[in-house]
Amino acid sequence: MNLTLKVWRQKDANSPGRFETYEARDVIADMSFLEMLDVVNEELIAAGKEPIMFDSDCREGICGTCSLVINGIPHGGHRGTTVCQLHMRHFQDGQTITVEPWRARPFPVIRDLIVDRKAFDRIIQAGGFISVNTGGTPDGNAIPVSKQISDKAMDAAACIGCGACVAACKNASAMLFVSAKVTHLNLLPQGKAEKDRRVARMVSTMDEAGFGNCTVTGSCAAVCPKEIPLDMIAKMNRDYALAIFKGE
Amino acid sequence: MKLLYRLFRSSLGRKYIMGVTGLCLFAFVVGHMVGNLQVFLGPEAINRYAHFLQSTGELLWLVRLAMLSIVGLHIWSAVVLTLENRAARPVRYTQDVFYGASYASRTMIGSGFVIAAFVLFHLLHYTVQVKGVNLTGQDFTTFETTLKNGTVTHDVFKMMVVGFSNVWVSLFYVVAVSLLSLHLGHGIGALFQSLGLKNDVWTPRLDRFGKVIAWVLVIGYASIPIAILLGYGKEALK
Ligand code: HEM
Ligand code: FES
Repeated sequence: MNLTLKVWRQKDANSPGRFETYEARDVIADMSFLEMLDVVNEELIAAGKEPIMFDSDCREGICGTCSLVINGIPHGGHRGTTVCQLHMRHFQDGQTITVEPWRARPFPVIRDLIVDRKAFDRIIQAGGFISVNTGGTPDGNAIPVSKQISDKAMDAAACIGCGACVAACKNASAMLFVSAKVTHLNLLPQGKAEKDRRVARMVSTMDEAGFGNCTVTGSCAAVCPKEIPLDMIAKMNRDYALAIFKGE
Repeated sequence: MKLLYRLFRSSLGRKYIMGVTGLCLFAFVVGHMVGNLQVFLGPEAINRYAHFLQSTGELLWLVRLAMLSIVGLHIWSAVVLTLENRAARPVRYTQDVFYGASYASRTMIGSGFVIAAFVLFHLLHYTVQVKGVNLTGQDFTTFETTLKNGTVTHDVFKMMVVGFSNVWVSLFYVVAVSLLSLHLGHGIGALFQSLGLKNDVWTPRLDRFGKVIAWVLVIGYASIPIAILLGYGKEALK
């Protein structure tokens, strides 16, 4: 199949960007979106042109590095799918596809389709960890955790930190990301000790980074490749309220 | 102090303010609707109710003051949050898909401002009773009636019937309550989210509750001007 791509090109953070049009020829339906871009890039390199820069790493939907907005939807709008796992069979021959970077003030574009997501790292540094001495290999059953709690914590831990939630939100809010991290650690016995401090610090760091506020539109959960549910944000709101009333 | 700082300066704190004030306003609009629907019980019922409210004296002013601060806080946080949200997303995508986001959730500030404009008009119309805004040429302050117990009081029944017999006034009223319904259809579910009172079980229930109540409100409120335009109350006034 043949496709027309309208791709955002931008030299660096300080240069203005623009859309460039490329033809992708003989695309195979079994290719992933990124493999299709690889083929386009090979042609560009062969022609002596600058290839399209984009982020990717694992290409199996687990690292959260890939980050493209396809036809206005982060990761392309297929349930529980990162763009590295999005296959070309979802597109039609002759279709025009726009490809843009994540758009949010805290995620400045560095080059073409690559954005700087260090704001997420700062949020994790503020509280996305537990401070315990792990010592030797602990007995897996030494600290009992109920099935209900471990399931919920696992659902939250599925977050790969790609930032699609921010990219999809009309307010560029990071609340789904932060709430997944807060929920994951605050629910488990190992993370409980630092529960209040964690949520207070992570929320402060999120605010300082300039992310927007949640208006409960649900776009974030709709694009999340790990299908983190919206009620994680309610859990964070609850934990933050308890924390600030306790004086955090 | 730290608590106040967190409440007023943090994103989540301001969402608590939004949620709590939204809940109060929601409670008010439900109560106000139930009160108003007494118009269908005839002049005596609504006039007695209105007289009772008027006779509460200081309490009435206390409630009015509280409502004013609640509305003030709601609008203040709405404006601050909206400005921050716009600043956080300076560049739009070429296609506005708004994947997964309902119309109501995207237009809260718009529906809110129309509601605010309506509330202002509504207060001038029926509370302050400024003659110029009611478009009927009549002076509502002169309407008087005598209750069954002999008390002479303001004729609220007549004021409603005369007031809503103007098509434009009724139209604005119906548009405003429709937008209120849109606002609350999203807002009720959202406020429980903001206040952290949702989980996987309660999310669908509360969202459904919000949608149902939003319909009840628009039907309840709009029924009054519509019934009056269709002729309700003319008989009773003769
Ligand atoms: C009778 C009048 C009103 C009622 C009953 C009402 C109710 C509500 C409720 C229940 C919410 C959800 C709160 C939350 O998300 O936690 C809400 C949100 C909101 N309201 Fe109102 N409201 C009213 C008037 C207004 C006015 C006058 C404005 C604006 C000028 C406004 C603007 C907003 C905005 C922008 C939101 C969303 C804020 C956010 O989620 O960040 N509302 N309202
Ligand atoms: S490249 Fe790792 S999730 Fe897509």
